[in-house]
Amino acid sequence: MQKHSFYGGIHPDYNKEKTAGKKIEILPYSIGESLTIPITQHLGAPSKEIVKKKDVVKKGQLIASSGGFISSNLHSPFTGEVDGITLAPNPIAGNVPAIKLIIKETNDDFLKIEKFDKFQDTISAAGIVGLGGATFPSHVKLSPPKKVDTLIVNGAECEPFLTCDHRLMIENTEEILLGALLVKEKLSIERLIVGIEDNKLDAYREFEKYQTKYNFELHLLHSKYPQGGEKQLIFATTGRIVPEGKLPLDVGVIVHNVGTFKAIFEAWTFGKPLFERVVTVTGAVKEPKNILVKIGTPISKLIDFCGGFVGKPKKIIIGGPMTGFAASSLDTPTTKGTNGVIVLREEDLPDIRKTSCIRCGRCVEACPMGLVPAIMEQFSLNEMYEKLIDWHVVNCIECGCCSYVCPSRRPLVGYFKTAKRQVMNILRQRAQK
Amino acid sequence: MSDKLLVTFSPHIRDEMTTSKVMLHVVYALLPAVAVSIYFFGAYAVKTYALTIFFTLFFEYLFQKIRKREITLHDNSALVTAILLAMNLPPNSPWWLIAVGSFIAIIVSKQIYGGLGQNPFNPALVARVFLLISWPAQMTAWIKPVPLHKSFFFDAVSTATPLGQAKAEIISHGKIVGEYNDLLNYFGGYMAGSLGEVAAFALILGGIYLLIKKIISYHIPLSYLVGFLIVVVPYWVIYPEKTLNPIVHLTTGGLMLGVFFMATDMVTSPVTKKGQVIFGFGCGLITAIIRIFGSYPEGVSFAILIMNAFVPLIDYYLRPKSFGEAINEK
Repeated sequence: MQKHSFYGGIHPDYNKEKTAGKKIEILPYSIGESLTIPITQHLGAPSKEIVKKKDVVKKGQLIASSGGFISSNLHSPFTGEVDGITLAPNPIAGNVPAIKLIIKETNDDFLKIEKFDKFQDTISAAGIVGLGGATFPSHVKLSPPKKVDTLIVNGAECEPFLTCDHRLMIENTEEILLGALLVKEKLSIERLIVGIEDNKLDAYREFEKYQTKYNFELHLLHSKYPQGGEKQLIFATTGRIVPEGKLPLDVGVIVHNVGTFKAIFEAWTFGKPLFERVVTVTGAVKEPKNILVKIGTPISKLIDFCGGFVGKPKKIIIGGPMTGFAASSLDTPTTKGTNGVIVLREEDLPDIRKTSCIRCGRCVEACPMGLVPAIMEQFSLNEMYEKLIDWHVVNCIECGCCSYVCPSRRPLVGYFKTAKRQVMNILRQRAQK
Repeated sequence: MSDKLLVTFSPHIRDEMTTSKVMLHVVYALLPAVAVSIYFFGAYAVKTYALTIFFTLFFEYLFQKIRKREITLHDNSALVTAILLAMNLPPNSPWWLIAVGSFIAIIVSKQIYGGLGQNPFNPALVARVFLLISWPAQMTAWIKPVPLHKSFFFDAVSTATPLGQAKAEIISHGKIVGEYNDLLNYFGGYMAGSLGEVAAFALILGGIYLLIKKIISYHIPLSYLVGFLIVVVPYWVIYPEKTLNPIVHLTTGGLMLGVFFMATDMVTSPVTKKGQVIFGFGCGLITAIIRIFGSYPEGVSFAILIMNAFVPLIDYYLRPKSFGEAINEK
């Protein structure tokens, strides 16, 4: 079997064995419980709430509407009563506006979304965003302004600890494929590729079973972080290189996460809006699990469902350990982008005391984008943004490999994230002139 | 929960390798060569190592204390410098020579620039060259090795290194007159020289350890050897009486120490692989040219220091292509 890969990257401890073999469990809810649903759960223009206090909403009913093309709808995960607009803790923005909902009914019937003639409009109506964690509105990616000839199903799940995509690929193999085939047909794409890392061979075998039934290519990928990065995955599966500053569609490719394809399938076939997702809850909890969770559920409920903490929690990561954010509160609600909740104790945390750069070059070797973090760090610290442009900081995908390998524990990717914002401003101003 | 949750930027996990572990691995890799030098030079070697480590760590501590900076002895970098400096000294160096060398290495060529990671030149080599120029007699006062099973404390009998002897013959007679075919002893370290020059096999062993542990990559050692042999071999084939057999060249002097431990010093070598190849090749060329045409018998220290100076330029011009960059330029 040929294995596909990319340049650079790292091999962290994957820590997936705790949950990889565990079936997705459905989190139970009871009447009277309350959810705090952040109004904006995607990348792009904020959404606007269309409900007010005392409103009774049906499960699946639109509660916040898209604020533009690059924006997304939001639907109620339960039939219930709106208890006003409040603030929810958010690991990125501090506090964000959210709709507080008190659950009135817990049955499975939901209000179907309107089905439009245009496929993309239906996906947009369903509020589907990239479920790999980036939460970019899916209908935007599905409306390419130029010809796309390849569709890639991203089953890499290269982030350590997370197994939600792994379980979906085993338990919902056909739904994922049907979603992908649907997109392929609607956008008249010729080629469909499914890419899975070789540490998920059981998932690979599930897809193999469908190779006679459906027409798609199955690629086994080398287990290496960030194999699931779009540019890395496209290179590994097609050999195409996305030029700096360009998008996958510039090389005729669209990439979606496995969970997104499942959501697309359900939206088109059953009219189901996106109000739940699978979350891997792992680390220092009694029984790590993969759980189907409604958006707006506080992470404390997920942790309780896993039997509570083991030892004393020190850090709770929302997302994966390489790119996820540390939560400041147990009341933090899950969103469409929450793929993991990882509890770490003091003893699980690495020593991050910073020492001087010894120019060992490990970051240069690890960078999947061929950058030189050791030298770019100096430019960042000295705010030499012109130099950073010359050294291609714009090409940084913020995967964190440089910080991960640094023996001096220098927060390299953090510097580049900050510097990129400045550089983008400079480039934007320059373009306006 | 009474304690607040810790909030930091991603990534939340790190590779287990830390700077102090990197340095410790270098120390481990040097141990075989340390053992061989103690085997052949007994108490002289022990004394030199002990004094160098003492003075080096003392100066590092003193400087940081006076400057009211964090004491960073725990990063083990001063320990590495200490052992490397000791290996660059004759076995029975006087204590004051060691003290001055440690001062130059730690204060003048490392801390003055801002400490670990900031120095452009390898501290141990700067110290060696400083001492060699200032006290040439003491720095070339070699003694005959006496294996440990014969004696630990012995009276020093002065002698010359194979490279020094050969160079002296070339200068006075215009060609090599002595026999230099004691290969097994050269390889095993049974010859005169500074502490770290004497055992090619132990240094190679340490180099292999560093390669396996991925502390260094093969780029610098290999290109160094290629750059060296590309000059020495043809010259020796044409003028066999004007320079030593390449095998003797490889196993004597500081070449192996330079190839595996000095040129590969991360702080003072390029960060990119392409740059490392150029850097190593340059070190090899210059070493060979000094050994053949210079009046010094040995050129490793000068070669590496000269190439150290080029590192910023090498890093600048040999920046790797960013992923997707080539296409963008079309």
